[in-house]
Amino acid sequence: MKVVVKLDSTKSKKKSFIAERSESISMKGHQKSQVKCDTDSVAGSMSQRACVFCGARVVLNPITDAIHLVHGPIGCASYTWDIRGSLSSGSELYRNSFSTDMKEKDVIFGGEKKLEQAIDELVDEYHPKLMFVYSTCIVGVIGDDLDAVCKKKSLQYGIEIIPVQSSGFIGNKAAGYRAACDAILKIIKPEETTSQAIIERKSNCKRVINYLGDFNLAAEAWIIQGYLKEIGIDINVTFTGDANYEALKKATDAELNIIQCAGSMTYLAKKMEELYGIPYMHISFLGIEDTKESLRRIAHFFQNIELEEKTEKLIAREESQIAKTLHWYKQQLQGKKAAIYVGGGFKAISLIKQFNEIGIEVVMVGTQTGRKEEYDTIADLATAGTVILDDANPSELEQFMTEKAADLLVGGVKERPLAYKLGVAFIDHNHDRKHPLSGFIGAVNFATEVHSTVCSPVWKYV
Amino acid sequence: MTLNYKSTNENPCNMCMPMGGILPYKGIEGAMVMLHGSQGCSTYMRRHMAEHYNEPIDVGSSSLNEKGTVYGGEKNLKQGLINIIMVYEPKIVGVLTTCLAETIGEDVERIVADFLKENPDVSSTIIPGSTPGYGGSHFEGYFTTLRQILKTITKATQPHEKLNIIIPNISPADIRELKRLLDTMDIKYTIFPDFSETLDRPYEKTYKKVPEGGTTIKEIEQMAGAKATIQFATTVEDALSPGKYLYDTYGVPLYNLPIPLGIENTDLLFETIQQITNLTMPDSIKKERGRLIDAMIDSHKYNAQGRAVVYGEPEQAFSVATLCLENGITPNVIATGSKTTKLSKLLQPGLKRKLVNQDAVNIIQETDFSVIRAAAVEAKANIAIGHSDGRYLTEKEGIPLVRHGFPIHDRVGGQRLLSIGYLGTTVFLDRITNTLLENKYLHYRTNMYQEYYKKAKTI
Repeated sequence: MKVVVKLDSTKSKKKSFIAERSESISMKGHQKSQVKCDTDSVAGSMSQRACVFCGARVVLNPITDAIHLVHGPIGCASYTWDIRGSLSSGSELYRNSFSTDMKEKDVIFGGEKKLEQAIDELVDEYHPKLMFVYSTCIVGVIGDDLDAVCKKKSLQYGIEIIPVQSSGFIGNKAAGYRAACDAILKIIKPEETTSQAIIERKSNCKRVINYLGDFNLAAEAWIIQGYLKEIGIDINVTFTGDANYEALKKATDAELNIIQCAGSMTYLAKKMEELYGIPYMHISFLGIEDTKESLRRIAHFFQNIELEEKTEKLIAREESQIAKTLHWYKQQLQGKKAAIYVGGGFKAISLIKQFNEIGIEVVMVGTQTGRKEEYDTIADLATAGTVILDDANPSELEQFMTEKAADLLVGGVKERPLAYKLGVAFIDHNHDRKHPLSGFIGAVNFATEVHSTVCSPVWKYV
Repeated sequence: MTLNYKSTNENPCNMCMPMGGILPYKGIEGAMVMLHGSQGCSTYMRRHMAEHYNEPIDVGSSSLNEKGTVYGGEKNLKQGLINIIMVYEPKIVGVLTTCLAETIGEDVERIVADFLKENPDVSSTIIPGSTPGYGGSHFEGYFTTLRQILKTITKATQPHEKLNIIIPNISPADIRELKRLLDTMDIKYTIFPDFSETLDRPYEKTYKKVPEGGTTIKEIEQMAGAKATIQFATTVEDALSPGKYLYDTYGVPLYNLPIPLGIENTDLLFETIQQITNLTMPDSIKKERGRLIDAMIDSHKYNAQGRAVVYGEPEQAFSVATLCLENGITPNVIATGSKTTKLSKLLQPGLKRKLVNQDAVNIIQETDFSVIRAAAVEAKANIAIGHSDGRYLTEKEGIPLVRHGFPIHDRVGGQRLLSIGYLGTTVFLDRITNTLLENKYLHYRTNMYQEYYKKAKTI
């Protein structure tokens, strides 16, 4: 293979772009072609994405009473140790980071023995009912038989030990979501799967739904649970915020699956529909409009007047409580411009709407793992001239935020210092935040946070 | 809590080799760094560093996918180099391996040599380095990389008067303090690596993708001709020691010292400087030393009640433990996640000289926080000193934590933590003493009530 670099000595702005990335960037109204997405990151492009292991770990880790054992060298466990704000109403076991801490000799001679011993030690110490064993890059390469070890130990101890096929290189973060969902499917498999049994179970449990794709960051799942309870709907299991082994086992009792984080959980919902006949719908509790619409759609599903009336009552009350506050923020923020760079496409869509609710125009939208249909919706919602990009890098973010004169960026931890260095306000929409952004209360928190950063006195000094 | 783990690490106290290898490149002028491995490694490490330094941290990845893993990652690595060179126009590109690249047996040196042959236009110096994630902790990754950089860039040169100052992972604020001290004495020096500007940048109107600052290539080249090397790496094995490399290859005299944290370690630095340059401590620094002693007197009785858990990289753990000892704080637990034979040996004389009960001190290497936590509880520790990952000692055991070292990811300002020299030690010691006092006052009333009132009542 021969590759040739043509280094241009003139300092042109064009050089911020890697040619292979051109199809991943578009501007609404300027070109018809779709943004290229759902592909591997370009080498050396400084992608903001993570790996398969990361995707699997973020989805499964909120399961509170499970042992999460990383089979690999120490780094993978070091960097993912309790880095999120997922809350638990019970066990705190999930907040520990367990690793087989593979060393050179384990890589050479194989790590299965060490894994077996680690499982023995952890069962002995914690007596868990459930354990996830995550594979990492090395394990995928040296070929440790995770399935066999987990099966053997599972039989030996009579507990569920689930292998998670999450070697870092076998795809991107989205492949990790899928690996996590596959692991979950192994747990929720009911003992009796005849359709008769399912019908019977359902007839006993009216208005019970599962909530997928909420990780209970800063109590967000509990907030939504409160709303739904008030209108007469019980949440059966949350995937995976504040979920535990006992709860997961009842997952097939639900009549409906609602999905907040589409990227991570649509696959699970589809599988549950296919296997257990549970229908699903995408909802969003980010922003007032989406929250209202979602509550109405959920209530409507049950075809019950009383339920729908209660929903309207709740909406009217909650909305009136926050109207004045939001109105004030909107006045302050009117005319500001926002840039979005988040993990999933569904979150980006909700954020565009949410910014519009508080008088802010979105001038740049990007995601790490958005899918084609999500980019279609983003393109529909965006105003002309909005830059849309998939799997962006700091160089592109810098260029477009500057070019579009964005007043704020919403993103994750890595993007924060970049925004600040550019003199741009920043909103944390990441997994370690400590305040809820869901539901009516979340909409107020969001506006408050936007105001606190966009209108901060600090910008006077830059 | 008695744990008997042989094959499990519960809550790691260290990170991996490539993580340590990134940092030196952030301290060299115009350098970029790239990891040869899957995308997750670079993302995680960028995130970790961005949180600690509160700075944008660009670290490339060859984004190895399944195909690259099966058939070799040469194409990805070369493409990655092209893209990084095009966008960042770096003077140096460090290429570090990860577990993945090492396990599939990538010959990074050969690939880089081929790349340079195929691309004669490339003027960047490319430095390949081996940092398998399973080969050691971030501590070894840091020094291995420093040594690799020296091996690639340094060349035999005319002797000159400058001193080489080789530093471990200390904060940008500490590096600036070190420079201030040396400048005050009018000493000419090369700090290697110097991330004091790049990882603690002032706000400025125009953003630069590769921040200004760092040791220049020319300075590194000339380290071979320096009058002497002062290296703060007493716990580092000779095979990894950059200073030892300069001594072995070019005969540069090596003075291997502890981090100048604490009065004894800082004195040692000034004694060494005097030995090398004949320069004595200027009055302004003498005053700083005097103020530190004054501060030590002010707080000595409070500190005498300290039972500390000290943890982190071996070099940091050593200097903090000596600071504790010279202030009457018992370092009951001294722990590191790294493997080290030297830490315990180095600590023995101090422990012998200063403690009635040396058996009360538990020195643990290659450990994790399940062990540290159990040891802390057993020692009835009332203070912990170390990085953010020990925050559970506070949350679960009520032991207050003075944040020090890397990473600090649950507080702002890791890059501004000052702890070296007489001035830095004074500031750091005050933080420790005040944490002890806060903890004492917070529990004083309940403790005395429980201990004496309740006891008296039940008699």
